[in-house]
Amino acid sequence: MQYEVVFAGFGGQGVMLIGQLLANAAMMQGKEACWMPSYGPEMRGGTANCTVVVSDEPIGSPVVPAPGAAVVMNRPSMDKFEPMLKPGGLLVVNSSLIDRKASRTDIDVIYVDANHLAEHTIKSPRSANMVALGAYIGRTNAATPEIVKEAMAKKMTNKARFLPANKAALDLGISVSREQE
Amino acid sequence: MEKLMMKGSEAIAEAAVRAGCRLFFGYPITPQNEIPEYMSRRLFEVGGQFVQAESEVAASNMIYGAAAVGARVMTSSSSPGISLKQEGLSYCAGSELPVVVVNIMRGGPGLGGIQPSQSDYWQSTKPGHGDWHPLVLAPSTIQEAADLVMDAFDLADEYRNPVMILGYGLIGQMMEPVAFREYQPREFDKSWTTCGCKGRPPNIVNSLYLDPNILEEHNHAIFQKYERMKREEVRFETFRMDDARFCLAAYGTVARICKTAIAQLRDEGIKVGLIRPITLFPFPEAVFREARVRWILDIEMSMGQMIEDVRLAVRGRTPVHFYGRVGGVVPTPDEIVRKVREMYKEGVK
Amino acid sequence: MTSSTGGSMPEKQPFKQVFGYPRGLTERPTHYCPGCMHGVAHRLVAETLDELGIRERTVGISPVGCAVLAYNYFNCDMVEASHGRAPAVATGIKRARPDLYCFTYQGDGDLASIGMAEIIHAANRGESFTVIFYNNAIYGMTGGQMAPTTLVGMRTTTSPGGRDPLQKGAGYPICMAELLNTLEGPFYIARQSLLSSREIIRAKRCVKKAFQLQPRGFTFVELVGTCPTNWGMAPIESRRWASENMLPQFPVGVFRDREKEGDA
Repeated sequence: MQYEVVFAGFGGQGVMLIGQLLANAAMMQGKEACWMPSYGPEMRGGTANCTVVVSDEPIGSPVVPAPGAAVVMNRPSMDKFEPMLKPGGLLVVNSSLIDRKASRTDIDVIYVDANHLAEHTIKSPRSANMVALGAYIGRTNAATPEIVKEAMAKKMTNKARFLPANKAALDLGISVSREQE
Repeated sequence: MEKLMMKGSEAIAEAAVRAGCRLFFGYPITPQNEIPEYMSRRLFEVGGQFVQAESEVAASNMIYGAAAVGARVMTSSSSPGISLKQEGLSYCAGSELPVVVVNIMRGGPGLGGIQPSQSDYWQSTKPGHGDWHPLVLAPSTIQEAADLVMDAFDLADEYRNPVMILGYGLIGQMMEPVAFREYQPREFDKSWTTCGCKGRPPNIVNSLYLDPNILEEHNHAIFQKYERMKREEVRFETFRMDDARFCLAAYGTVARICKTAIAQLRDEGIKVGLIRPITLFPFPEAVFREARVRWILDIEMSMGQMIEDVRLAVRGRTPVHFYGRVGGVVPTPDEIVRKVREMYKEGVK
Repeated sequence: MTSSTGGSMPEKQPFKQVFGYPRGLTERPTHYCPGCMHGVAHRLVAETLDELGIRERTVGISPVGCAVLAYNYFNCDMVEASHGRAPAVATGIKRARPDLYCFTYQGDGDLASIGMAEIIHAANRGESFTVIFYNNAIYGMTGGQMAPTTLVGMRTTTSPGGRDPLQKGAGYPICMAELLNTLEGPFYIARQSLLSSREIIRAKRCVKKAFQLQPRGFTFVELVGTCPTNWGMAPIESRRWASENMLPQFPVGVFRDREKEGDA
């Protein structure tokens, strides 16, 4: 089984971080994993994105022209990646910042009010990325929630005080995606 | 061995430190800045030295100096910066100094772009002025990059010659799991170094030979080392070549993209395999020559550079075709599938 | 120049040696032209290596230019650098082996033209090596072309009508000691001339001082010399010409001595 997912948003929304968390978690689960960022001037001000591939087999191409999933945190990212998704793919939409619905009918879509939930339910506005990551892993088996939390604890040692909020945000995202199933 | 999720650039830097590299001289250029950044924190922790040089030219001469006194030393850059480093590297080759240089290639010519490219195959394997080659290693995964960097230092010392690690954004920027092997230090003869002449006549590290006959001899001596490399250091990987009727040739991450394409083509019944050179110099000629296939399709992120070596290797016996993307465009598995399918259907010979 | 050859002479000898061949030089005849002062500059360095007892702990770096073969003349470990890069090579050596002494020996084209970036930045970082800079205002090895230190009006093979900064945009002579003295990094900067015995003795003092202070930082000695061959003058005449023309442009003196500043 191979999972490919693009995480995309504005610089500063933490999309690179959630991609790394997923890749780390997959590795800790004994799977092959690969994280590929966009880099260079396109990171300055514009959209930032990374692609994560998780697989039971050694990973061939780290470049995925038609990914199986995309987690889009802002409108430009939605506009860019929705058309690229594989038919039958999964689109996680941050409906706090994206005012349109998906136009494709051949994909699964989860709408998650990530910024709003992070700010009002978790009381941690910067955890919106974790809500979105939760929505993704709630629907797929790329990594288990427990391992993702372990990866968080390992990776974010200098931000330990945000850990409870981030874990709660992940759980909240998971439950949102399951409600929409 | 513990696995760590690391960026390629950082894995390359860490592998160097674990292989005993204590000196790094570099100059910022995208997309390899993570290497000097990592070294600037890491080397001082282990009692080493890091200098941000005033230019790539200076950096390539700093490694020359450090190697002359027997230190394990590395520099890194990207294509336009490697052009500038060619000066120091040629002097290292001429003076027979062991140095390791990492080239995280980008598109060209000129300032080009910063996205992944393989447009430095020529300037890596057939570099700057004078008759010389570095030993060139091209990893396709982050794990392989870390392993090859450790080997690079030993190969540099073994042959007293520059060794180049050739990657690009896909290797430098990508994160994958890495397990660093326990590095086993080897002893190398360092009696030639210029560390003070106590108890012996002075040593001279030099590449100037004004007498043509002596310079000719020196050139032959250097090329004897390359002949030995060709006998002893050639590395390559074959993938599904056992029953292959067609062969893809690709190095680095492009080879991984080819593997994904091959899986799909095999499902369609097209018997295609892959030869992936790991050493670009010395080039794995024999495996290409001995491949009994209808044709070879060379795939590169360049206008066709390695293809010259593939053609030389097969000596006209096998047709060699080309498919390339340039400018930072990375070929997708799908387009490789389409290309091979087309050639298959048209019965290309 | 009163140097001994070190401790090789048996004690209680009836004659006291007052002048000899320094151990710091090999006995190979040099290729320098008659009247050239590279040999004098070499000897000052060699005597210093002997007197400080550091010959066996020193690495010298020869340049590209007339002194390219200096690795054959200095009797210590030597490294040949590419054109202008000696300070970068020295940086590599000293960062790897701070316990060694290291000097670069460079001419004006090497140091002040193609190697300008390397000298400025090594000085600015305060790298602990010694630079011996031989300034004779011309490219000697390549046949007398204009150097960055060529005087205004001076004829060379590439400034046949005389160096013309205004009409021909040939620029002005660059004063390296003064230029480096604008940086915080250097520990010691001096310029001396080699045009008479008295001047050579003064120069020797500065060369020795530069090596003594090397463990504390970047030390730089510019030596104003001649090039009779490419100036088209007899040796004696070239010295007179240099006294009258070079020294007003390149005044001698100690520009920086951090040790003294520390004492004050």
